[in-house]
Amino acid sequence: MKRPSASLVAALLALAAAVASAGAQAQSDTIDEIQKYRQQLQDGNPAELWEARGEALWKQKRGPKNASLEACDLGKGPGVVKGAYAEMPRWFADADRVMDLETRLVHCMITLQGFTFAEATRRPYGAGSNRSDFESLAAWITSESKGVTMNVALGHAKEREAYQLGEKMFYFRGGSHDFACATCHGEDGKRIRLQDLPNLTRKAGAQLAYTTWPAYRVSQGELRTFQWRLYDCFRQQRFPELKFTSEASVALTTFLAHNANGAAFNAPAIKR
Amino acid sequence: MKPRKPFVALLAALLLAGCATLSDEEASRRALDVMKTSFKERGQAKLDRLDQDDAQRACSVPPGTELPKATTERLEKANLAAIRYPSDGKLMGDWKAGERVAQSGVGMQYSDDPKRPAGANCYACHQLSKQEISFGTIGPSLYHFGKQRGASVAIQRYTYGKIYNSNAFTACSNMPRFGHKGILTEQQMKDVTALLLDPASPVNQ
Repeated sequence: MKRPSASLVAALLALAAAVASAGAQAQSDTIDEIQKYRQQLQDGNPAELWEARGEALWKQKRGPKNASLEACDLGKGPGVVKGAYAEMPRWFADADRVMDLETRLVHCMITLQGFTFAEATRRPYGAGSNRSDFESLAAWITSESKGVTMNVALGHAKEREAYQLGEKMFYFRGGSHDFACATCHGEDGKRIRLQDLPNLTRKAGAQLAYTTWPAYRVSQGELRTFQWRLYDCFRQQRFPELKFTSEASVALTTFLAHNANGAAFNAPAIKR
Repeated sequence: MKPRKPFVALLAALLLAGCATLSDEEASRRALDVMKTSFKERGQAKLDRLDQDDAQRACSVPPGTELPKATTERLEKANLAAIRYPSDGKLMGDWKAGERVAQSGVGMQYSDDPKRPAGANCYACHQLSKQEISFGTIGPSLYHFGKQRGASVAIQRYTYGKIYNSNAFTACSNMPRFGHKGILTEQQMKDVTALLLDPASPVNQ
């Protein structure tokens, strides 16, 4: 477990100082500092802090049943974490449902640890010192699939149905602005303001985007999962609030994860 | 053709059993049912945001899908008929106010204060002026929009109408229908029209 290096902390401080003192200061100074900061990030992604906490949480006895999550079956047998994320979402016989990672974790918190659904899902997304257990657990579990080839099978009828529904939702236009996922993510080479937009209807775009979540978001100082990515896209799409681990969130994830098959999983990543 | 129908239906059923689980129509219906249980109302974003009108339903297809001509004609006709032009007949407002509307990305999200005026966020998708280099490329560049077209009454009506309801001119446009959906006020749409057409606007420099 690597800790963020002292040089990373130094670079962060230098960046903060550069931004603070900016004002009339030449803009190029700030750009230089941002460049330096990016280089420093290569040798220490703050996501590692979430990974360490997630691994500890996995092993910690918690809940009314005072049990750890070590017996949780992520699809490759109880307790098998290595490579599990690269095959999710998948259908689970014990729940007769297609589940993504977070949905499966909620299931294990209920069945193994004895939490209620409300208790387990109290904090899906962290904010500062109020960290989300899901973001930590997902950081660690997904790190155990780094380098593994994405292989989300559609062998079960319910997996095929989830994919089909996710595809429909991707093209579903609604809300005050008529936006669908496809409005921003349906063509090559587009950007919103200066932000590049992956074309998720093509294999290369889906692979690049899907394999780099979860990610440490520099602008938020938080580790965010794919559930969060969908949740915040729908907010900007002017839709109501997407429920955590809802059937729609799992269906859309199935659609995008399957489209990313064949690529090496490469997260937790770091993004702006 | 009548006797063939059962055969076609059987063939379709076999094909579906092989790959997809649901027919296309069933999948659309079920996707909507699932979405209705997967979202919750928050702030100004109520569940009726998922209730599609004719255009939203017909346009829920992959980009580049060619819709039947009858469909695009129906959509454009209905959306054109729904445009409400200002009762005072004036279509051009203040381009400076229009620039502020074009820059602002707030409005209609559950995280936005509904009492604050919404923006149009034109720059998210369009280049407009030379000064603003942070612009998106989902829509075409509008730099020199007025310089190339002039500001005749006909052009003013087209521009105001396009902002009010983009689907009146291009069915399934990616652009929000700012007047039709109540995102912008009449005055804001006049101001954005001026931003695009006023010879003094940075768009036309």
